[in-house]
Amino acid sequence: MSTTTTQEISVGDIGARAAAYSENERMALNVGPSHPTTHGVLRLMMELDGDIITKCDPVLGYLHRGDEKIAENMTYNQFVPYTDRLDYLAPLANNVAYALTVENLAGIEVPARCQAIRVLVCEMARISSHLLGMGVFGMDAGAWTPFMYTFTEREKLYTLFEELTGARFTTSYTRIGGVARDIPDGWLPRVEKFCDQLPKAINEVEKLLTRNRIFLDRTEGIGAISKDQAIAYGLTGPNLRASGVDLDLRKDKPYSGYDQYEFDVPIGTKGDCYDRYLVRIEEVRQSILIIKQVIASFPGGPWYCEDAKKIFAPPKEKIMSSMEELIQNFMIVTEGPQVPPGEVYFEAENPKGALGFYLVSKGGGVPYRLKIRAPSFCNLSILEELAPGHMLSDITVILGSLDFVMGECDR
Amino acid sequence: MIDDDFVKSLLGKCSYLSLRHREDCLTLDCPADSVIEFSRHLRDEETFDLLVDLTAVDHGETADTRFSVVLHLYSLIHRTYLRAHIACADNEAPEIPSISSVFPAANWHERETFDMFGIKFTDHPNLKRILMWDEYPYFPLRKEFPLAGIDVPLPAADVAEVTGADVDPAPMMGGPFVSSGNGRMSDAEPRAKDESWTEESIKGS
Repeated sequence: MSTTTTQEISVGDIGARAAAYSENERMALNVGPSHPTTHGVLRLMMELDGDIITKCDPVLGYLHRGDEKIAENMTYNQFVPYTDRLDYLAPLANNVAYALTVENLAGIEVPARCQAIRVLVCEMARISSHLLGMGVFGMDAGAWTPFMYTFTEREKLYTLFEELTGARFTTSYTRIGGVARDIPDGWLPRVEKFCDQLPKAINEVEKLLTRNRIFLDRTEGIGAISKDQAIAYGLTGPNLRASGVDLDLRKDKPYSGYDQYEFDVPIGTKGDCYDRYLVRIEEVRQSILIIKQVIASFPGGPWYCEDAKKIFAPPKEKIMSSMEELIQNFMIVTEGPQVPPGEVYFEAENPKGALGFYLVSKGGGVPYRLKIRAPSFCNLSILEELAPGHMLSDITVILGSLDFVMGECDR
Repeated sequence: MIDDDFVKSLLGKCSYLSLRHREDCLTLDCPADSVIEFSRHLRDEETFDLLVDLTAVDHGETADTRFSVVLHLYSLIHRTYLRAHIACADNEAPEIPSISSVFPAANWHERETFDMFGIKFTDHPNLKRILMWDEYPYFPLRKEFPLAGIDVPLPAADVAEVTGADVDPAPMMGGPFVSSGNGRMSDAEPRAKDESWTEESIKGS
């Protein structure tokens, strides 16, 4: 029988230094502004105690373009391309939200066909944004493959967007009082075909993530936001609903005819990163249902507001053949759509949350003040409170689950 | 529901408020010194607990009250918005109390409003610029600030020392988004260095 000998090893200085370090020393760590985790140009100045975050100070503004100042210097329609670049993962939804704001102030209601087109493109934009959100969230948690599936589907969506608007990315589709053009021939069946095959891809992603042990370990219980916290910090969209608050502006303050369609609003229970992922998955499935209902009941008739003579330019063939329409078009292009004085606040349920526009008009074709209430800006403000106490490796998962876009955060 | 009775009882309970209009949502005027009391009352008593937006409007250099802060609250029970205008008394050094102790969401919104308009929020825990850099000397959303921007020093002093670079105004050519009325187009628009192909001379083969 062999005997085991033990030898005492003195750790001396190293042990003492380590103990002193954990008691007193904090390490400053700077993440970003250019870092894959931060999904853009967000910078986090963090203070670490070992692996634990003790303080997190987000620094914004690296993508600030002064959109609100620019809006005060151009006509309403000229600002539409700038809204593409807010939440650049769902430009169509931004276009619609902006057009609806100005229309609310002008007091015009677009025809049923235009409303249906807008609901359709909003939901396609939501699918596109959530597909990216889920894909990169998986990647943040160490799963590369789901990203490939979601991006394949996004590519198909981009093809459909291109057929509709002429651009894959910067769509600039809406005009005040309508949309830029009617849907092309045979487009609706192609959208429907896309919707028919999308659930298969979502199922693939779910197979890879939803019951994946590693993914669960990394996301469950991480970054939990309570109901009260979520409301206090002004969270909106899937992040708020994951915390168990039933607020969906499509249901609560229906716009653009959303009240005609039946869909469910998924609500989370714990408000952690995993719940936010589940809410997004379910929202994609609900969006597919909405799109199918829109296509099944697609109305005919005009696709822009014909009565709004001072707001929506007449069709090209009329401009070329009639003096009155030529003058009307000239006035709208040079002076801008004529909007009465007043103020209005409108929020639309965008993929990232409630995108709000506060518009002050003194009459004429140029806004006096346009404030953009960016959902990502509000959703990120909770980070100062949420991050401390988590491990450094959790910050990637938390950021991924909040699904923010710096384009609209910094404006 | 937000009906006449609600408005009457709210104005009765908060005597400092006055009704402005009810066009798209209930819009109230609130004096600056009552803003904390007002927001606490609306959050706790009237279920307007979601601060969705806080911003400011510059009414122009000649206006009697130049700056007013505008906040939007949402009620999950009533499912409606409420807007409050808070006029800033001093046009030179506008100042109102911070409501970030009532609504944590106001923290960043107030920082942004300070950054863009120079409105000081008293008792704000961390009132510094959020979108522009800390040393930036102007308040860009004030009406007198030009769209192109103003020449300012580079935020990184060490880089500026070596390169002599600064932050230039945007090249606007006489006006925003308008080509200059006279002269050649090639003088008005940014072009590549090779000017052999302009509207006056056709590019050679």
